[in-house]
Amino acid sequence: MGSVGYLLPPSGENWSKLATYKQHGGYAAAERAIRQMKPDDIINEVKNSGLRGRGGAGFATGVKWTFMPKDGRRPRYIACNADESEPGTFKDRQILERNPHLLIEGLLIASFANTIDAAYIFIRGEYRTAYENLVASIAEAYAAGYLGTNVLGSGNRFDIYVHRGAGAYICGEETGLMESLEGKKAQPRKRPPFPAVSGLWRQPTTVNNVETMAHVPHIIARGADWFKTVGTEKSTGTTIFGVSGHVVRPGAYELPLGTPLRDIIFEHAGGLRPGRTLKAVIPGGASMPVLTAETAMQVTMDHDNLQKNGTLLGTGAIMVMDDTTCVVRAAQVIAKFFRHESCGQCTQCREGTGWLHKLLVSVERGTAAKSDLDTIDEVTKYMEGQTICALSDAAAWAAGNFLRRFRPEFEAHVEQKKCPLDGISFEA
Amino acid sequence: MTAEPGAALPAELRARIAAEFPKYPEKRAVLLTALHFVQAERGWIAPEMIVPIADLLEIEPIEVQEVISFYSMFHADPVGRWHVQVCTNLPCCLRGARQLMRGLEQTLGIRAGEVTEDEMFSLAEVECLGSCGTAPVLQVNTEPFVEGIAPENASALVAELRTRGGAAGRRS
Repeated sequence: MGSVGYLLPPSGENWSKLATYKQHGGYAAAERAIRQMKPDDIINEVKNSGLRGRGGAGFATGVKWTFMPKDGRRPRYIACNADESEPGTFKDRQILERNPHLLIEGLLIASFANTIDAAYIFIRGEYRTAYENLVASIAEAYAAGYLGTNVLGSGNRFDIYVHRGAGAYICGEETGLMESLEGKKAQPRKRPPFPAVSGLWRQPTTVNNVETMAHVPHIIARGADWFKTVGTEKSTGTTIFGVSGHVVRPGAYELPLGTPLRDIIFEHAGGLRPGRTLKAVIPGGASMPVLTAETAMQVTMDHDNLQKNGTLLGTGAIMVMDDTTCVVRAAQVIAKFFRHESCGQCTQCREGTGWLHKLLVSVERGTAAKSDLDTIDEVTKYMEGQTICALSDAAAWAAGNFLRRFRPEFEAHVEQKKCPLDGISFEA
Repeated sequence: MTAEPGAALPAELRARIAAEFPKYPEKRAVLLTALHFVQAERGWIAPEMIVPIADLLEIEPIEVQEVISFYSMFHADPVGRWHVQVCTNLPCCLRGARQLMRGLEQTLGIRAGEVTEDEMFSLAEVECLGSCGTAPVLQVNTEPFVEGIAPENASALVAELRTRGGAAGRRS
């Protein structure tokens, strides 16, 4: 791991215990923020740092905080997104299992900056170890006076509650998350109104990702100017990249934004298996457009460069596929995921995700007609930009870009009436 | 004479659910947590639990039922004492999840989605568990993940679960 990393402890160490966390400077930033800074100063520092949300959308965090109204309505909430269900993504889990106090401290600073009464950490139900670790660390923070009534002698009260999900990707969508927290099906809400105006139980709410909050103590401790020296001009700081698939050393790697993708794959993750060549890479989680090997070898992992190259940073979840991979099969597996996870509200998504999956299964099996490829393309077009949330767009991007960027392989399945890589490719 | 809300639930379970109420402005918000508590007893949520939970949370039975059906971790039908959930999303498939599932199906003599006759095991395909760096991955009940499990170790896993014993239909 590069020495510029600051989110995760050194390899092999675990800072979940409060004493350990404090030994490494923990909670000094929160103490400074609460005792010496004004709320607007904190928000401005975070704005100036250029910190962008790490949940997949990359919206400027400081700017999001300025959306919180100044109308005096209480209570005001933070909903912290620990739902982490984007396929390929396992970064927030690293923080929850190895450095949870960093998240707690980030939420504490955010609560002071935004006059927050309580934070609900929505954690996916499957994360057992992370949940128990987080609950234990929060209990330590309460005992030490960092949480509860009279936080650090400020006279303010701030509570953190951990709330378990129960298996639904759409809980990672900010309004789906709030619906689920309120005890309902996680069906996203129409916007406006936005969460800052009408969020949890219609109160002002800011929804922020775990990793995003984990950057905040470091920004306050070392300053926005320092933060801007890490990463690129418009993508500041580090992120925890998650590398999976056909590499020798899959795993989590905290690196500056802007690191070349080929360095992550071939240096940090140990490259491909012997004798194999690179075929395709999804750089930011299953929702993000797949890249051909040629493009993958040229891009840097930051918002601007990836957008320029026809994809998005998303959650920095890098799925590596070598030349043994049938990309039609890969597209089909992802389409099945979106079909399962569609909440069903919007016709374009409910019907479109089902249709895409069925068509891709048919292509993969060799039973599709050539015109079915054009149908896939058409279906993706009416799934984009028309629905209550972006799941429909994600499903469309995934399927559409596999088809557009690897069209000859799709056509080979149709012409040969079978998978040309059957017996060689991974099984779906 | 009207019964106390949720009276059909065991007192200890009712108390555990009620202890969550102060954390939220509405009782409804406790629903997912309450269902996790209920499911921890037998591994699934029996239909006769729905009305008592609805009464306790002051919501409608249909609102409990639709939540059970919406979320993949909640089961409205019996599952095995050991419910083995294998991720079959892309990163895990790239590293042998399908072979792993086949190994488990062969060892247990059931297909994904089924329960063994002695009701000790069930198998399911699940979506990405968030452990792609150690793929392939599975989860037994709500225990910490079993990570980086090679397909040829499927039978060893089943054997180990058998030695942990337990009775069909009970989780504790």
